[in-house]
Amino acid sequence: MSAVMNKPGKGSQNLKVNSAEMRVEGVSKSYGIAHLRENVVHNASFVIEKSKLTVMIGPSGCGKSTLIRLLAGFDKPDSGTVTIDGKPVKGPDRDRLVVFQESALFPWMNTYDNIMYGPRARGEVDDETKALAEFLLDKVGLTQFRNKFPSQLSGGMQRRAELARAMINFPRVMILDEPFRGLDAMTKELMWEYYAGLYEESRRTNFFVTTDIDEAIFLADRLLIMTNIPTQVRAVLEVDLPRPRNLKELLESDRANEIKMEALGILHEEAMKSFSSGSAAASDFIEAYSKRVKKKG
Amino acid sequence: MSAQVMTHQMPGPGRLRKMMTNQRFYRAITGILVFIILWEVGARSEQWAGFAFPWIGLVPPPTAVLGAWSTVFVESSYWMSWLQSFGRVLAGFTAAVLLGVPLGLAMAVSRTFNGLAFPTFEVLRPIPPLAWVPAAIIFWPTQEMAIAFVTFLGAFYTIVINVVGGAKSIDIRYFQAAQSMGSNGADIFRRIILPGVMPSIFLGAAVGMGITWEVVVAAEMISGGGSQIGGTAGGGLGFFIWNSYLGGSYELIVVGMISIGIAGYLCSSTIRKTGTWATPWKRLR
Repeated sequence: MSAVMNKPGKGSQNLKVNSAEMRVEGVSKSYGIAHLRENVVHNASFVIEKSKLTVMIGPSGCGKSTLIRLLAGFDKPDSGTVTIDGKPVKGPDRDRLVVFQESALFPWMNTYDNIMYGPRARGEVDDETKALAEFLLDKVGLTQFRNKFPSQLSGGMQRRAELARAMINFPRVMILDEPFRGLDAMTKELMWEYYAGLYEESRRTNFFVTTDIDEAIFLADRLLIMTNIPTQVRAVLEVDLPRPRNLKELLESDRANEIKMEALGILHEEAMKSFSSGSAAASDFIEAYSKRVKKKG
Repeated sequence: MSAQVMTHQMPGPGRLRKMMTNQRFYRAITGILVFIILWEVGARSEQWAGFAFPWIGLVPPPTAVLGAWSTVFVESSYWMSWLQSFGRVLAGFTAAVLLGVPLGLAMAVSRTFNGLAFPTFEVLRPIPPLAWVPAAIIFWPTQEMAIAFVTFLGAFYTIVINVVGGAKSIDIRYFQAAQSMGSNGADIFRRIILPGVMPSIFLGAAVGMGITWEVVVAAEMISGGGSQIGGTAGGGLGFFIWNSYLGGSYELIVVGMISIGIAGYLCSSTIRKTGTWATPWKRLR
């Protein structure tokens, strides 16, 4: 089956070779005008390594979504550069696909038509693409729901359909903005396994943004921890846990817990900083953190 | 678009049976029966109570209306009125859809065009269609065209406004998603904007259809019986009512009114049905 995944559409080469690296260098971005202007991203630099799953975690409202818009090309940085394989990002392009926070499936198309949107838009519908669509439908467990409209799918199914819709385009970088936010805990864990499976199969460059530390550890090869607004990278952790991962093993793994505590410690420091500058969300985090750490100890 | 419209359940023989066992169906029937009985009793109040109830006592009772209806029911002139009104409504409405939808889309898609067209549109829009009647009679060579034009105006503005509003309310993420999957302008228009505004088109059409019937009846009353003064136009259900009024037949006035009610209902339910058929994703929740 993996042979299908590794066989990209017309004219492109092997999928693994085709992945790209993205660099963000000294990027700043502000929104608003005059005295209401707020600096959202300040002098941020990081690398999204080729063929790796990079997870970005940071306090909510810290400017992660702004960074995504800059990476996708929906917005331009005030200063600094965003490059993909050394070439500056000029606007949205099919080489960088974004999976949004809440489902952005087209409500007027059924699951199959949604997945086939990209290939049809580019006039690349051939037997290979159709076979790939079938493979992806199967992979995300939606074969029986191919003719359903998004409104007829559950929240988890919608996110899976969206993953499949993105994957079929062979993006060189896949960007996911809290794609599993708002799902219940059980569904979320199921999503992680689907998503990690898709990643392990394709090994293309993935950039995944989240506020959930368990999600981050489960998925990441590299973990970028962000500061509060105006955001920049605070720390980079290598998550050197073997793949394929499963949740049970991860819960029992000392190494996983070690990384988690390290990450939480850094996030806690950031929360303390923003708490002192008056952030209510930060106080929630601090309370939750102190309980969690106490339990461990 | 048609490629995306899924095959859906067609009304089968089970549908009638389902309707007969439907609680809502019986409620509707009961409501109508109660209304007719109250009307009959009220209208005949002078006979059984010795004095006429205010207002309702002056209205012909439904049995009398039914009697009058049965006499005109077999006359071709009555059906001619239906035909004429329907013809005008359909002509005006079709023109409003054919011109209004593209205009609305153009205004939604192009900022330049919107800047050029919107101010004029907004000045003309508040003018009630009936205020156009005298000017329309002067401008258009035939009275028939004048009536169709006024009818057209009734639906046109509503459709344009709904299309513009519908297109603007399409979630921006759909465009971003489409763009990043390599979609170009024409493709986005055809596969995102068009289906995205489809519900608004039908909403505008349904409201526009209602206004169209209001306008056509008034226009027919104002322009009068063209056929009587030797013209080619005239007639229609509006004129039918007016003529019955002039002839002093209150029963026939009510017959005309109910006819318009039925005609309007037929039109708007046709649009609703077409709407649900064309936007299958809306009814499957």
